[in-house]
Amino acid sequence: MGLDIRLPIGLMFAIFGVLLAGYGLFSDKSVYERSLGININLIWGTILIGFSVILLWLGSRKGHRD
Amino acid sequence: MNLTFIDWLIIFVYFGFVLGVGFVLKRYTKTSKDFFQAGRSMPAWICGLAFISANLGAQEIIGMAASGAKYGIATSHFYWIGAIPAMVFVGLFMMPFYYGSRARSVPEYLRLRFDEKTRGFNAISFALMTVFSSGISMYAMAKLIQILHIFDAPFRSMGLGPDYVFHVCIVISALIVLGYVFLGGLTSAIYNEVLQFFLIVAGFVPLIFLGLKHAGGWNGIRQTLSPALTHSWQGMGSPSTNLMGIEAFGLVMGLGFVLSFGYWCTDFLVVQRAMAANSMSAARRTPLIAAMPKMLFPILVVLPGLIAMAVPARDAAGSRHTGLIPYKIVEATGEIKHDQNGKPEFDYDLTVPALLLNYFPTGILGLGLTALIASFMSGMAGNVTAFNTVWTYDIYQAYIRKDASDAHYLWMGRMATIFGIAASVFAAYVATQFNNIMDILQLVFAFVNAPLFATFLLGMFWKRATGHGAFMGLVSGTLAASLHHGLTLPIGSGVGVKGGWLGALHTYPSEMAQNFWTAIYAWTTCFVVTILVSALTKPRPDRELTGLVYSLTDRPKDETLAWYLRPATLACFVLGATLLLNIIFY
Repeated sequence: MGLDIRLPIGLMFAIFGVLLAGYGLFSDKSVYERSLGININLIWGTILIGFSVILLWLGSRKGHRD
Repeated sequence: MNLTFIDWLIIFVYFGFVLGVGFVLKRYTKTSKDFFQAGRSMPAWICGLAFISANLGAQEIIGMAASGAKYGIATSHFYWIGAIPAMVFVGLFMMPFYYGSRARSVPEYLRLRFDEKTRGFNAISFALMTVFSSGISMYAMAKLIQILHIFDAPFRSMGLGPDYVFHVCIVISALIVLGYVFLGGLTSAIYNEVLQFFLIVAGFVPLIFLGLKHAGGWNGIRQTLSPALTHSWQGMGSPSTNLMGIEAFGLVMGLGFVLSFGYWCTDFLVVQRAMAANSMSAARRTPLIAAMPKMLFPILVVLPGLIAMAVPARDAAGSRHTGLIPYKIVEATGEIKHDQNGKPEFDYDLTVPALLLNYFPTGILGLGLTALIASFMSGMAGNVTAFNTVWTYDIYQAYIRKDASDAHYLWMGRMATIFGIAASVFAAYVATQFNNIMDILQLVFAFVNAPLFATFLLGMFWKRATGHGAFMGLVSGTLAASLHHGLTLPIGSGVGVKGGWLGALHTYPSEMAQNFWTAIYAWTTCFVVTILVSALTKPRPDRELTGLVYSLTDRPKDETLAWYLRPATLACFVLGATLLLNIIFY
């Protein structure tokens, strides 16, 4: 199959990660009252960026299509 | 609670990606084999994730959390003695016949092994069932989103009432699923199921994290809630000492054996994913790979129910209590609904959305909602791809047009996709009008499905079983199920959809117990009748059954595979880990 599914999934999570982490950096603290004071957007956005990097790396390795 | 720009952006990015995958795959969808069987070219890990994702529909997400709140960790039995052993069995023992025979679908296997009438019975009931269950889940999801009232604001600004949230929800999700299945067929559905799987996990893990933190971890939950909710086996000795109202025998035989094996081993919706694998060993690994995340799913779908019961909250009057689950509201009056004893009733179906709204700030709320929508779409696409295949191969090609060109069947598959989705939308609206009709239909399908595993078991492992035997077994098993249902009632229910319409001879302590025993009676009847009728009818010669029956088929050779790729190794690992989970949460 010509499309490695890890690439679109990786790309989608990269976008989600950047959106969430970016929003987490600039959003007001009061937003996080409901999430027990934790800036969950920043934390989870960063984790998603990490996950997307792994997927994109796995999907773009040359000659390793399974 | 209103959504902001970032939440909407996340939802629309998701829509863009699922449709984009469909558009890219259209180029590769040239033959009917590409469309219905994903070209039989998928690696095992992709099939494995699609295998569980197709089953992880809205009903599972909503229903398992609701059961988690009601019955506690014992709900995990649906996984730890239900799904997992059945998935191991289908991978190790049944996949060689599904994948190794020339069958392109589960009903087609029945024709090769037995005869035309057995296939017809299965194909038609399955096609109807997929359409209606996709319609029911569509209805449930749209209703849920409507009740949440978070999409109301943009509709209000356009002068439209909350009813339109329901309509738009159904139309948009139907069009998107139609779009990507129409374009790329099963490949597109499978690829998107993998995407949706990761998305569902990504949307729910932070929710579990925040909820657990708030509840003081698993230990905090155990201290807050009664032990009946936090033990899965303690109290299973008798129906009166556990919340499910069932004893260990009924649980293990009814749920663990008949219902779970019946679903995971014979339902084409899941089996189709494994049949799309690129080799026999990949097809056999598919359910085993799927079982690994599946055994941890209770964390994702059952635990939210327990968290929602255990966390401290404040009600509108400001008084402290535990639990986030909202009360049931009588739609006409807007008042809280009370049961027969005058106690307010909980709306357990709102468990997951209540948690989402309670813990997620804007931003990640968009991700959580997208996860909910993704689960709904993956379940719907699973139904639709199974429907279009069974319709085209087992009904259209079998009874309407036998010798058309491949291009014609590919075209018919695309038409069946449109028709199947239109029929699901219709079913969703039927559900809004006649709730009872849908309940009755679901019941009828349960009757048809319950005996099915006996037919496959005998078909695959007893070469003497005949077509007449299989057909008579299925019909009498279905009859036995309806008889049992007609003669029994769960405690506290009125005669009708819940049973007892032939006179209530026996009362079960719970609806679940009644369901499990209906399945046990149906299975046993089918098993016995199939054997008796087979013994009286003429068997087929051995040479016709090669590749279809265990004793006449060469064992798949695994010795050439690396040890960690061998199905038997994976199966041992999966079963061992599941046993451990049962012990930990005893």
